[in-house]
Amino acid sequence: MNETHVSIPEVPPLLARPMALAPLAPLSLSLNTFARAVARNHPGLFRRLGEHAHAKFVLDPTDLPFVILLEPRGGAPKVTVRRRSAQGDARIAGPLAAFLGLVHGAYDGDALFFSRDLVIEGDTAAALALRNAIDDAELDFAEEAARLSGPFAAPLRRIITLTERRMGICLSRPPEELAW
Amino acid sequence: MVMEIVCPAGTPAALRAAVKAGAHTVYCGFADETNARNFPGLNFSREEMQEGVRFAHAHGAKVLVAINTYPRAGAEEIWRQAVADSETAGADAVILADPGLLDYAARNHPDLRRHLSVQAAAANADIINFYARAFGVKRVVLPRVLSVPEIAAINAETDVETEVFVFGGLCVMAEGRCSLSSYATGKSPNMNGVCSPASHVEYRETGDGLDARLGGYTIHRVGRDEPAPYPTLCKGCFTAGGKTGHLFEDPVSLNAEQLIPQLAKAGVTALKIEGRQRSRSYVAQVVRNFRAAVDAQAAGQPIPQGMLASLSEGQATTTGAYKKTWR
Amino acid sequence: MELTVGANQFFWKPEPWSALYDQLAQAPVDRVVLGELVCSKRLPFYQDRIPAAITTLQKAGKQPVLTSLALVTLKRERKMTAELAEMGVEVEINDLTALALLPEGAKFSVGPLVNVYNESTLSWLAGMGATRVCLPPELPLEAVRTLAQAGRDLGVAIEVWGYGRVPLAISGRCYHARRHGRTKDNCQFACEEDPDGLDVRTLENRSFLAMNGVQTLSDTHACADHQVETLRDAGVSALRLSPQTGDFAGLCALWRKRLDGELAAGAVAEALQRAQPDIRLSDGFLTGASGTEWSGAQASA
Repeated sequence: MNETHVSIPEVPPLLARPMALAPLAPLSLSLNTFARAVARNHPGLFRRLGEHAHAKFVLDPTDLPFVILLEPRGGAPKVTVRRRSAQGDARIAGPLAAFLGLVHGAYDGDALFFSRDLVIEGDTAAALALRNAIDDAELDFAEEAARLSGPFAAPLRRIITLTERRMGICLSRPPEELAW
Repeated sequence: MVMEIVCPAGTPAALRAAVKAGAHTVYCGFADETNARNFPGLNFSREEMQEGVRFAHAHGAKVLVAINTYPRAGAEEIWRQAVADSETAGADAVILADPGLLDYAARNHPDLRRHLSVQAAAANADIINFYARAFGVKRVVLPRVLSVPEIAAINAETDVETEVFVFGGLCVMAEGRCSLSSYATGKSPNMNGVCSPASHVEYRETGDGLDARLGGYTIHRVGRDEPAPYPTLCKGCFTAGGKTGHLFEDPVSLNAEQLIPQLAKAGVTALKIEGRQRSRSYVAQVVRNFRAAVDAQAAGQPIPQGMLASLSEGQATTTGAYKKTWR
Repeated sequence: MELTVGANQFFWKPEPWSALYDQLAQAPVDRVVLGELVCSKRLPFYQDRIPAAITTLQKAGKQPVLTSLALVTLKRERKMTAELAEMGVEVEINDLTALALLPEGAKFSVGPLVNVYNESTLSWLAGMGATRVCLPPELPLEAVRTLAQAGRDLGVAIEVWGYGRVPLAISGRCYHARRHGRTKDNCQFACEEDPDGLDVRTLENRSFLAMNGVQTLSDTHACADHQVETLRDAGVSALRLSPQTGDFAGLCALWRKRLDGELAAGAVAEALQRAQPDIRLSDGFLTGASGTEWSGAQASA
């Protein structure tokens, strides 16, 4: 059997550690702006969440010193960044690159879960709905960020370029024919 | 002739990915209880179906709509509407399992091609020919209980096209004849289009690993960093007569890629890939692989060695019932 | 309401096999389904006893019915199925293959393993000659009500799974053989050791299922004791009891009293639990959130 296990890059501690001290409010704010922009451009994503469009998701990038509380709120999403503890209906944990690879269609959610690169706890159905809705939306974070305007647009774009270059983490949708 | 590959699409994005990756045919369903992958966040609205069919046809691919659960007593209209809407959307065929719905479709939508779903578990030539006579069924998706010689024997006795599963999740039980899921959770493939539904799944991190529970029953336990299969009932870990293990089936998935030449020889028309719940990247990768395989087969070349292991559940694969020793 | 005894799902030795039908001839039941439902390999062991059992039942005023196999794949099984009608008694189809092989115009009944979920399928089967349908055990009460009504309009008697371990799945693979490390072709009839099925327990050691060769059943015995009046009022014409070891004729007599109103709701369950303290009952398919649930008090798993 030819095993072709993907190895998922982790955020280097040298980069992650300073974030433990940085204030989280600006990050929350920019992610909020970003999420609302995504919601405007992809209303279908929230329709696809169906009965789970009002669930609370805790996204835990295990290589970063914070968790993200995502509330889709039926199309008016709210994102809050917390130090560690957050209560939600479903918790999805894994390296940041796994989340971003999932969003950008570089990885398959089932495969990541079978390999334990991603771990789901709580409301499994809500987590699956989120995963399926995001897969269908064909999001491209870099493109979304490029469309943004306002005070957070420029720094967000800089962060994206830097992260992609430094860590090989997928922040934009790969040209699909090539990726496969 | 090239064998037709019939590929899964749980979302419009997956449909486009499958078509672009070389699918001859894509199958999908409406976002409700009328199809056997009624999972959260999956499937097509009426508009998405029309759009999907347009996209597929523009690229020379076909679309089959699975309406393969058993209509609920007192609510059959939902299923009938799904058949009508498939025809309106321009679908190339509907995949049905229920005799009542087949009868309805044959009478009211005679020009809409009818395939017999695997959920009807038609496992011999007599019953397949009977479905053809009674409802004008043109193709049957064979249940995953048959060996390759048995499939060849069926094809020798019927003009109905046969379609067989070659990759993905594997039912151990005769499909459409299983109530294990509703026994544990109240939700069944036949009635609700779900098996071992995510809404009844609970993962618990324990001191030394991960427990998977379904409907409150712990049916899987893995150590740290071991692969964690989804807790599908028939692939759970149980004890009987002092023996503990995967008594029904190991958490493996089907990969019959290397059997393609034998299946072609057995007279099989189409190869079906399971996985409407998988991502568009998975679908594209599997479709690309199988398209290369059937193209190689048609050109008389050897089937390329598989590269799909890491996409499989539990990362181990089987050829299932196609080899008789599986039984 | 009438009582039907369903086909014995398990593999019994020839003597107890015959003894069951001798007992049932004396029991207060109306119809008895016999023959092989689960595995064609079992049939040769008792096939020659079937005609005598049919005669015994007929003499006692019971209606004998022959079941078809639940899953027909092999040539031998197709032949076996085609020959069912030649026995001269009513056939109960448990795989639509039997319908394809019955003589044109023959009347037949439909067993619990055929997927009759809605009025259209019921009506289609009635048009093909079905006179009686035992509904799939997983159907909830609302569906039973709708189908009983439709059955009345079509002249089809509707029967409901009343008592016994519930058939949940049928497979091409033999689990008894697998558990013994054998293949199905070389099973050495491992299922014969478990005349009521082999208990399957979960990782926390809770009873869950029962293994019976290629068939999987519930660990619990479904028991419609609490729904008798509701089912009768809905127009259900018979309850089906599934054979098990022990005093099965006595169990039939208990149900007869319950249907006749001599026993109150809950009395059958109480008597069963008294006789077999570790038995677990369920009626969740009819009225609960899942098949495992039970309206009364349960023995611990």
